[in-house]
Formats: sequence, C-alpha cells, structure tokens
Amino acid sequence: MPLETIIAGVMIASLVLYALLGGADYGGGVWDLFAFGPRARKQRTLIAEAISPVWEANHVWLILVIVILFTAFPPAFAAIATALHIPITLLLIGIVLRGTAFTFRTYDVQRDDVQRRWSLVFSIASIITPVLLGITLGAIASGTIRVAGGVVVNGFFRSWLAVFPFAVGFFALALFAFLAAVYLTLETQDRELQEDFRLRAIVSGIVVGILALTVFLLAGEGAPTVRAGISRTWWALGLHAFTAVFAVGAFYALWTRSYRLARICAAAQVTMILLGWAFAQYPHLVEPDITIFSAAAPRITLQLLLGALVLGALLLFPSYYYLFRIFKRGHEEAQQAQ
Amino acid sequence: MDDLLAARSQMAMSLAFHIIFAAIGIAMPLLMIIAEWKWLRTKDEIYLTLAKRWAKGTAILFAVGAVSGTVLSFELGLLWPGFMGYAGSIIGMPFSLEGFAFFTEAIFLGIYLYGWQRVPPRAHLFAGVMVAVSGALSGIFVVIANAWMNAPTGFRLVAGKPVDVDPIAAMMNPASFPQTLHMTLAAYAATGFVVAGIHAFMLLRDPHNRFHKAALAIALAVGGVTSILQPLSGDLLAKTVAKTQPVKLAAFEGQFQTVQGAPLRIGGVPDETAGITRYAIEVPYALSVLAYGDPNATVKGLNEFRGDERPPVAVVHVAFQIMVACGVAMMLIALWAAWRYLRARRDERWLASKWFLRLLVAAAPLGFVAIETGWVVTEVGRQPWIIYGVMRTSEAVTPMPGLIVPFVTFTLLYILLAIVTVWLLLRQVAASPHAPEPIAKEAQLAA
Repeated sequence: MPLETIIAGVMIASLVLYALLGGADYGGGVWDLFAFGPRARKQRTLIAEAISPVWEANHVWLILVIVILFTAFPPAFAAIATALHIPITLLLIGIVLRGTAFTFRTYDVQRDDVQRRWSLVFSIASIITPVLLGITLGAIASGTIRVAGGVVVNGFFRSWLAVFPFAVGFFALALFAFLAAVYLTLETQDRELQEDFRLRAIVSGIVVGILALTVFLLAGEGAPTVRAGISRTWWALGLHAFTAVFAVGAFYALWTRSYRLARICAAAQVTMILLGWAFAQYPHLVEPDITIFSAAAPRITLQLLLGALVLGALLLFPSYYYLFRIFKRGHEEAQQAQ
Repeated sequence: MDDLLAARSQMAMSLAFHIIFAAIGIAMPLLMIIAEWKWLRTKDEIYLTLAKRWAKGTAILFAVGAVSGTVLSFELGLLWPGFMGYAGSIIGMPFSLEGFAFFTEAIFLGIYLYGWQRVPPRAHLFAGVMVAVSGALSGIFVVIANAWMNAPTGFRLVAGKPVDVDPIAAMMNPASFPQTLHMTLAAYAATGFVVAGIHAFMLLRDPHNRFHKAALAIALAVGGVTSILQPLSGDLLAKTVAKTQPVKLAAFEGQFQTVQGAPLRIGGVPDETAGITRYAIEVPYALSVLAYGDPNATVKGLNEFRGDERPPVAVVHVAFQIMVACGVAMMLIALWAAWRYLRARRDERWLASKWFLRLLVAAAPLGFVAIETGWVVTEVGRQPWIIYGVMRTSEAVTPMPGLIVPFVTFTLLYILLAIVTVWLLLRQVAASPHAPEPIAKEAQLAA
C-alpha cells in the first residue's frame, strides 16, 4: 500500500475518532440546550460530569487531523484554508466559545442566572460548531474548490455557500447529538435519566436517517463524484450494507434497552458513514483537483511522520485507555462491587 | 489597514494571547506537583490544599490555552497558506510531535483535575508529572518550528522550490536549542513571579497565613532559579542570532554602522531616517564581547543591508530593551530572595519583610512583559521574512480580502475571554486564604 494512502488512512482514523469522541461532546451541548422536563437539571449535571474530564483530550483528535494534513499534504491544507477561510474562521469561534463557556460555567458563581448564561453560550456553540465542521467537509467533497497552479481560483464563497455543504452540516450535528444521547444512557444508573436519553437517542436517530437520505439525494447535484463513488462501486454496497445493519442494530438495542450494544452500533454506524465518504473520495483530498498523491510531501517526511504517528500511538492509546477506565467505568465497577 | 498588516496583526494578537496561557500551562503543573509531593512527604494538609487550589486556576487557564492554541494551528493556514503550503513538509514534524505531547497533557490533566478521589495518591502525582513533562515538551516542539523560521535548515532551494527535504535537520537548526531553552526558562520564571506576587499580596493582608507562605516559597523557588539562569540562555541565544541573523542583532542594538569593537546600548531611540540611535548609554566594546567573545570583533550594522531587508528597528530595539530590563530586574530580585532565604537559615522569617513582599507584588508582571516583548523582538526582528532569507511574509499571506474583519472579531473575542478569565481567577484568589493558624482564623472571624 502506498505510504500516502497509509498516512491518509491515519488522518481519516483520527477524524473518525474525533467524531466519535469529540463529536459526542458537542452532542452533549445539544442536549444541554434541549434539557427539559422534571429532570432537566439532572440531565445537565450528567452531561457536564460526562464531558468534564475528557473533552480537552477528545478535542486533540482534531488538532491531529490538521497536523497530519499540513505535514503530509501541505498544498491541500493551503487550498482548503484559503477557499474555506470563512467557515473555518466561524468554526474556530465556535470551538473557542464552546470550550471556554463550558469551563467558565464550572468555575463561575453557582447561581442559576449565571449558570444559565454560560449554558446558553456553551450549548449554542455546541450546535453551531458541528454544523460548520460539516459544511467544511461537505465543501471539500463537493468538487467546487478549484485549484490551478497551486492557487484557489473560484473565490471564498462558492464552494461552501450552497445547499449540499449545509445539508452535511446538519447531518453532522444530528450524528453528534445521536452519539451523545446513546453514550449518556451508559453514564448513569438512574433509570429515569436513562429513559430520557434513550428517547432522545431514538428521536435523533430518526433525524439522522432522514438527513442521511437528504444528503445522499442532494449529493447527486452537490457532490457528483463522491456520490458516484458511493453508489456504483462494489465496496460501496458493502459499506452501505454495514451502515444499514448498524443503524438497525442501534435502534433495536435502544428499543430493548441494551445500551452497551447500542453504543457499539451507533459508533460503528458513524464510522461506516465517514469511511464511506473517504473511500468514495479516494484518492482525492480535495475534489477534483488535489489527490493525496499530487499533494504529498517528500517521501522522507511521510516516513518520519508515520514513525512519529506509530510511536505517538504507542504512548497515546494506553494513556487514553487509562483516562477512560478511570472516568467511564467508575460507576459500573462501583455497581458490581455493591 | 491593508490585508497583510491585518493578517500580521491577527497572528500577533493570537500569539500574544496564547503565549500567556501556554507559559502558565508549562509552569503551573510543576508548581502543583512540588506542592503535592511535599504533601505526600510531610502529610501537611496545607500542601494538599495548595495543590488543589492551584489546580483549579490551572483548569481555567488550560481550557483557554487549549482553544486559543487550536485557533493558532488553523491560522497558520488561514492567514499564511503560502507559508504552510511551502513549509508544511519541512517543519510539520515538530507540530506532529507537539500534537502527541498535547494529547498526553490533556489526558493526564483530566486525570489530575478530576481524579483526586479516583486514583491512588502516587498515581495522582504521576499524572501531574506527566502533565508537567508533556506541557514543557509541547512548548519546546512549537518553539522548534519557530526557530526554523529564524534559521531555516534541512532543505535546498531549486527554482524557488524546496528539494532534498530533511525534517530532522530542520528540527536541528542552530536556533532550536537556544530558543527552546530561553522560552522554557521564561515560562517558569514568568509564572513563578506572577504566582509569588499574588501570594505576596495576600500575605501583606494576612501576614500569618501559612498557606500563602508555603505557596510563595514554592513559586519563588521555581521563578527565582529560572530567573537567575535566564540571562545565560539569553546570551547564548543572542550569540546564535549574531551568527544566523546579523541584521536582527543590529536591530536589537540599534547599530547602524558596521564597526569594530561595537558598544552595548542601554536605552536609546533609533532614528531610522538619520541612521543613528540617540540618547543611549553606551558600554564600550560590550556588544562585540557579548556577541563574539572578542572586544575587537566586527559587528555588522543595519546599513550593510538593503532597506527592504531590514526589520522595523525602533520597535525591535525598544522591545529588546524592555525584555532585558525585566529579565535583569527579575534576576536581581531572585538573588536578593536567595540571600534572604539563606541568611534566615530556612526559617520562615525570610518572608517577614513588608518591603520584600511589596517588591514581589510589583515584580509580578515583569516575566510576562518580558515574554511578550521577547516575542516582539523575535517576530518583528525577523521581518520582512516569514522564513528568514527564503520567503517574505508578503508572499505567504492569504489572497483572502477583508482580513480586518476576522482580526477585529478575534480581538474582541479574546478581550472578552481575558476579562472573564481574570475575573474568575480573582474569585479563586479571593476565596483562597484558608488560614490554618488558629490566631489567623480568629482574626478572620473577628473581621
């Protein structure tokens, strides 16, 4: 397998992990805004406890994606950052407001009006940021970023100010909210809270399905090459089949309250969707002018980067496992001990 | 404001904002683990309280640092796509390593901040050590990338394109070691002085508070030792600049003429049109000695360089003077503190002087003033180049028009964040004077 493909694979894997972990943290913000009913306060507390110890670590997956992109495929990074300057800038503002408002809320006066104000900033930023992330990815897939002689030639609006990227944006938001609701069922032993998030997971799962279909239909116009990749090749059928199996599996598991199974299915479903996109676009990094081969850094850089990624992973995964074992298994073990 | 200036302003503002949080993120974990280690050894609850208090402040600052750092990693491309498209393959390596260092930092900070009840004490201290080490490494990797912009190595230029790229050689550029050493020491010195200043302030109001005495001792130890070492690393860095960027050294000193046995200027106002620096105290031969170790060494003046290859001299010279003045003041204060400490034979009386505490309060911001002006020296001093001698800043900037809009937006956003952060930290400080000495407690009740 070419080195370019391996590095691009690691980049996509990081993006998948960002969606599964960081994405769910944004989803938590969504459910903070939509906390209602008799247990609204409990819901918010649960979300905050689930996010607090891990959101900063989860956020680093995005940095890793960017770093791999600009080290291994520098011209692609330059083109994307130029053509999508506006949505990326807005994305950054969202990232800043989400993270700081969340932290400020924790350390500010524990008075309702103060807390509500930070909650509002936190949750609205948690909604806007995934939409902008989706818009960015949708624009990259859409084939409207045109590059000639290393220069972006079709302006700063055309590639993203369109229906398709926005549809992808809302799709991303729905996916993140869905993931968060599914994960949150496992963050508590409180049956009623579990039911709250089970209901939210089912509803957002339905929205995911509707938006998935919408994005697929819009792609005919909005991202023709990727759509062709998704709908024609043999492996695409396989990926579709898997995505469908996991989607159905997630609903079944939620219905029967098998939350662990639901978590596996939901995560697998999101992974399949992102892989489907990546495979359909391969070997293009930015449709249609930049491939991972045309944008690749010199071989020595790719080799060293791969070495760094392997070594980094050897350090990272045990640490990450340790973090999650401490904070994400606590109550389950506590329950077993009782 | 033209777009290039707006882009430079946005980058400068983003860096100036982030560096404060980055420096604190490097140094605070060290202070925290010293306090926690002392708790484990002495079982004195005061050190545990201290570690927890400091951790709370660090949590707020780390979050702001993490998001403002994210902004910077994107801004490299948003503002300087010409630079990143060219240099990403050469200098992406330290950024990748920084990515993993940052990962480690974020993971173990999560464990440190939220794991007091969940992991055993030694594992908790270990998490703190991991945060301190990976925080320092993060900073070092990023500064290596900046050092490369000052002293680019690890590639050859053929028809304007880099060939024979060697990322390891790029990381081993001559500016890497002195620059990373200087910045890492600066982070500890600046943070140590700020923290010492805050606790000195609280001690002036509440002189018997053991909590603040313990805090002050740790902060001043870290800030003081590094402040005493810092001038040495500064000298090493200036010698490197003399070799790799002679025009920058000339700008530091406001040296227009090429002379043998050049003087060191203290203060002074460079006049770029007249080509002289006025009102400076000149120490004869000192620049030649400091830069080249020889009183008769020739120092190249700014006049040797074309007008479009010189940095703005006045800004660089003045910023350099401020940085050095702050650094020298911190070193002297640190020496005085060390003398007081040794003379008092480690008795707590060394903190009993009101004037000493007042001086520490006044000196609190000096380290950060030095860091900010130091980065002005580094970055403005490299202009008009983004990669010294290779690529001009104007060639790297994005074609995106209207860059004043994001500049103003981010400036307002960061001002807002700064206000909230300061306000929240003041709350933490105001809430902190637990006074375990019984007398002090009564005094508090009486008040």
